[in-house]
Amino acid sequence: MDFTFSEREKAFREEVEDFIDKELPGDWVEKSIYWPGGYGTLAQFEDLSPQVEQFTRRLAEKGWLTISWPEEYGGAGLSYIEQAIFHERMSYYRAPADEIATRIGGPTIMLFGSQEMKKEWLPRIARGEVRFWLAYSEPNAGSDLSSIQTKAIEAGNDLIINGQKIWGTAAHVSHYAWMVVRTDSTAPPHRGISLVIVDNASPGITIRPLINICGLHSFNEVFFDNVRVPKKNIVGEMNKGWYYLMVALDFERLVIPIGGFRRVFEEIVQYAKEAKHNGQALSQRPLTRNQLADMAVQIEIAYMLYWQTAWMLDRSLVPNIEASLLKLFTTELSQKLANTGTQVMGHYGQLEGTSKWSSLYGRVCLGYLDCISALLGAGTSEIQRNIIAMRGLGLPSK
Amino acid sequence: MDLGLNEEQEMLKKSARDFLQKECSKRLVRQLDESDEGYSSELWRKMAGLGWMGLVFPEKYEGSGRNFLDLAILLEEMGYNIVPGPFFSTIVLGGLTILAAGSEEQRMEFLPKIARGELILSLALTETSASYDAASIETTATNRDGGYVIKGTKLFVLNANIADYILCVARTKQAKNSENGITLFLVDAKSSGVRCTLLRTLARDKQCEVVFDNVTVSENSIVGELDKGWPIIKGILQRATVAKCAEMAGGAQAALDMAVNYAKERVQFGRPIGSFQAIQHYCANMVTDVTGSRFITYKAAWKVSEGLPAAADVATAKAWTSEAYGRVALLAHQIFGAIGFTMDHDIHLYYRQAKAGEIIFGDANFQRAIVARELGF
Repeated sequence: MDFTFSEREKAFREEVEDFIDKELPGDWVEKSIYWPGGYGTLAQFEDLSPQVEQFTRRLAEKGWLTISWPEEYGGAGLSYIEQAIFHERMSYYRAPADEIATRIGGPTIMLFGSQEMKKEWLPRIARGEVRFWLAYSEPNAGSDLSSIQTKAIEAGNDLIINGQKIWGTAAHVSHYAWMVVRTDSTAPPHRGISLVIVDNASPGITIRPLINICGLHSFNEVFFDNVRVPKKNIVGEMNKGWYYLMVALDFERLVIPIGGFRRVFEEIVQYAKEAKHNGQALSQRPLTRNQLADMAVQIEIAYMLYWQTAWMLDRSLVPNIEASLLKLFTTELSQKLANTGTQVMGHYGQLEGTSKWSSLYGRVCLGYLDCISALLGAGTSEIQRNIIAMRGLGLPSK
Repeated sequence: MDLGLNEEQEMLKKSARDFLQKECSKRLVRQLDESDEGYSSELWRKMAGLGWMGLVFPEKYEGSGRNFLDLAILLEEMGYNIVPGPFFSTIVLGGLTILAAGSEEQRMEFLPKIARGELILSLALTETSASYDAASIETTATNRDGGYVIKGTKLFVLNANIADYILCVARTKQAKNSENGITLFLVDAKSSGVRCTLLRTLARDKQCEVVFDNVTVSENSIVGELDKGWPIIKGILQRATVAKCAEMAGGAQAALDMAVNYAKERVQFGRPIGSFQAIQHYCANMVTDVTGSRFITYKAAWKVSEGLPAAADVATAKAWTSEAYGRVALLAHQIFGAIGFTMDHDIHLYYRQAKAGEIIFGDANFQRAIVARELGF
């Protein structure tokens, strides 16, 4: 065993640090409202967009936008541990890196797309020119995703889509929907689903904001009314979308904002050291110390799960349990951290960032709200526990 | 980074699992728990025959020259199976202390015998205040005629009832800083004035009250230097804390495995209870606790093994594992239902171990205080 980074890993980590130091706007780390694990405060939205786009372009130039891609497609040719190092540092600085087109779209196209599709899409994705949103969930298809009802029927060279998607994160600032539709209503639910890329500018698409409890516009509900999509935009084969989706889950295993937990923890600790109560620093109160130390311990556990997952991937071991544990553990940590943060800060923890009295830019106040989403997105905690129990431990389904 | 066991470690783990399953049945565990001695000399000899006692001693002391991480892996398996007996006190508390702080003469005298399974050791550290700080050491050792006279009462001393030698921590000098003036003595357990009383405990581990009633020892029995024993104790505590975590991680894994197997077999409402989400989610929670315990313990054990600063990692591991094992054992009980509440069932053995492990060397709150200090807040 060796829990230290190799020389190569160390050098890479420094390179990432240098890049972030140079390219990320100076006040970003302070001002970004992103709460680790949450889906409601992601950096991709609205006001932050121009800065995000610029940073994304710089990442693309560096070849790190497609860091996980195989080298033959312009990937960085890095080990999973190195990718994990990259994501750790990026998330520590709350830097925007997490993107559907590069993370899910590109790799899926590489595996299952036609030659034309690869040629048409991969270079544009790699350059950071196109942004996808994930058009999966529907009002009646959340955890039970295979019951989607949005239909696509064939009409000559096109598909015609009718239906509704929901929780379209960043759909309003994206260019294309990475979308699952029902293309065979007679087949069993899993076998009648296709994956298709849909231009947001297509006639018949209506995007309406869903304001999340943080008061931010992160989600959308999107309506499809006779939307025509060329058949060449179908990824892989018709009716095999569900399978592609399952494979794509593997691409997300290391996309955990692990550094974000440590960062916000450090900020709360710093607050506790500086803020005084009856002349004594909050960090000197035994109960506060205990609560904060508990968070430190759990962050350390999260890191171990994180590195373990990367290490297993490097050895071509399938980290089914570990990846689900990582998702489950970190998202629940997201809530605990928000709760601990607000408890430590007391009255000040409830102040939004706009108040002159607020601390940490109101991040903890917002985090207390956003952490609710952490346990819901990308497979709820219950779904993760099902996976661990059934796939990991082999418990029966009936 | 390399987060896996090497081939030798995998072999050690597997052979220990197989050996203990065969040689240390739960029937034997119960039998030993009920007995006063709490160990089987036959099993002890066989373990020595496998080289377990001398695993981490250098070859010149008849050891195998393996490292502390290897020992932690072995202890994980001992915790998995629950092995009653003085292995922990003899090796982790006794042998490693002599190896780390003893004179060459002491090492030559004691370590080969320990490696051969001929000696049982014990550490008499805690007293009635039941804490792990230097100020709690009130037992005194007074210089007399070139030797020392030890006087005091030690509590919660593991396996002292069968020990050949007891490492006794005593105050040899009153100093402003309570960490100064502490000395370790290696005391023959048969010395006159040593009185040992077995305490009946939750986990039926053999903890004792040991009274040192004017016990005379020679100057040669000092381990390390006079008055400078506290740094040695800190080293012992660090190793012992990680070692205990390893045992606990193994025990938690066993409780999980038992509960999962049962959940697959036990049928109610016409289906295995493991098909119910309530049970599945309990199991998933247990996996989280067990996996976290193992990884965090390996990290701490590796650091200790490599001689790196490990105070924060060790405290982190114990803080987590102390509570995790308890949670796992509780859920296992819940899954086993009423049958697990019977004396004949095995799961309560783990439930008991979980509490004993949580307490010894400082519980989660104690460890979190260390974490806070080590992280600088």
